[in-house]
Amino acid sequence: MADPAGLAFSLHRVDSVPVIQLENVTKTYPKASRPSLDDVSVGIEKGEFVFFIGPSGSGKSTIIKLLLHEVSPTQGKVMVNAKDVTSIRSWKIPHFRRSIGCVFQDFRLLPNRTAYENVAFALEVIGKTKAVSRRVVPEVLELVGLGGKEHRYPHELSGGEQQRVAVARAFVNRPLILLADEPTGNLDPDTSIEIMRLLDRINRTGTTVVMVTHDSNIVNQMRRRVIEIESGRIVRDQARGVYG
Amino acid sequence: MRLKYVLNEVLVGLWRNVTMTVAMIITMSVSLTMLGASVLLYMQVDQMKNYYYGEIEVSIFLRTDVTEAQRTAIDSAISSNPLVAGKTYETREEALKRFQELWKDSPEFVKSVGPNSLPESFRVKLKNPETYKTFTDQMSPMEGIQDIIDQRALLDKVFNIFNAIQVGALVVAGVMALAALLLVGNTIQVAAYSKRREVAVMKLVGASNWFIQAPFVLEAVVAGLIGAVLGFVALFVSKIVLFDNKLQALTNILTPIDNGNVWLMLPLLAGVGALVSAVTAWVTLRFYLKV
Repeated sequence: MADPAGLAFSLHRVDSVPVIQLENVTKTYPKASRPSLDDVSVGIEKGEFVFFIGPSGSGKSTIIKLLLHEVSPTQGKVMVNAKDVTSIRSWKIPHFRRSIGCVFQDFRLLPNRTAYENVAFALEVIGKTKAVSRRVVPEVLELVGLGGKEHRYPHELSGGEQQRVAVARAFVNRPLILLADEPTGNLDPDTSIEIMRLLDRINRTGTTVVMVTHDSNIVNQMRRRVIEIESGRIVRDQARGVYG
Repeated sequence: MRLKYVLNEVLVGLWRNVTMTVAMIITMSVSLTMLGASVLLYMQVDQMKNYYYGEIEVSIFLRTDVTEAQRTAIDSAISSNPLVAGKTYETREEALKRFQELWKDSPEFVKSVGPNSLPESFRVKLKNPETYKTFTDQMSPMEGIQDIIDQRALLDKVFNIFNAIQVGALVVAGVMALAALLLVGNTIQVAAYSKRREVAVMKLVGASNWFIQAPFVLEAVVAGLIGAVLGFVALFVSKIVLFDNKLQALTNILTPIDNGNVWLMLPLLAGVGALVSAVTAWVTLRFYLKV
């Protein structure tokens, strides 16, 4: 397949300790007739780049929610960084979430704050000082390619630029894992590829990237590990997969 | 920076929804005024009981045809009774003199009372005024006694009125407190809604729960404290206007309200106002900001 964007990289070295491990995870939402995830077991190594693909309602997003401990598994174990997520005391969950960065389809930026302030907000509400923000935020905005646009408000930025701010915010705290829930869902193909380049660059710093997507084009170009879910079950787990 | 952030959020929050904030503060202050009035009244009645019960006497009026022997028997019965702390004897002449002194403003009334209209009496002080009933039962079979009157019965009527007022104030305080609670809950809901984006991002990036909730809770606490201060001012002003001016006539009966007691209401109202607001806000947040 043609690779105009040059996104197909070889797998780089991964550690052997899984940073994410689902063990026989079943999640049935209250009142649901069938489980969203049905006895799913999967391990993701540190530094991996993994796509979760599958039709709507297949249970992909449930995985993200489980990893963030927004929901608890009905059965099974969710391990993040060798810790059982379900055993974390509820008041410690915020601290746990600092090790996970999140990017969403709808960006979730604060409209009344500039790009700089959006990223700084994420740092300052977890107790970092303004001095730290002043040092770190311009750096990460530069990294995501927004140098010079720090003081624009979200409505003054394009969709792709807004998503870059969101990625900067997710990454500024140097998380262990970056979760991306359809990050290109609102973007045109060219912009999507730029965002994928960015996620790839972040992956190369050693951050594990888990991305849920529908975008076959991107999956096919990246040639990374693809886990396909259908009706709550893993139907395919391929090291350098395509959308299929 | 975090403290500054939280305080700033509190001010912005109070101002964002200023009509609601004012409503919250007013209901809170009315409720707390009533609470303060009720507590003050309670303390007042208590103080008055201590004061008046100490002064209380049981009067044993003797029949007009009492004999010398009967009087002596009664006298020694009182003296030997273990419940008695002290006694005085009042002759008819003394009773008349006291009566004339008491009603000296109505000479007509005084004239209508002859030297033999008033009975002689023993005024008995009991060690414990509560034992009045036992004492009366022991004394009443004796010959020559016309009537035994306990001043307590009279005072209790007065105290019952105060107690009713106190309970009434407490009920009003409770109803207003309920209204205040609902307003606090509503204000917090509105605040949480208007800050839902910030809250979502804070949860996402792992801001601690207290940090997310503190501005909301403090917002309610600040409103509660302002309400408490206003309530205290209302209480103090009422005390000056009612007791020190308008109702001064009553102060012959009422023991004066101690300014210290009124001041004591400030920390009480502030504490209750702040605590109630904080708990309400916190409980509301449990429902509206699932963490």
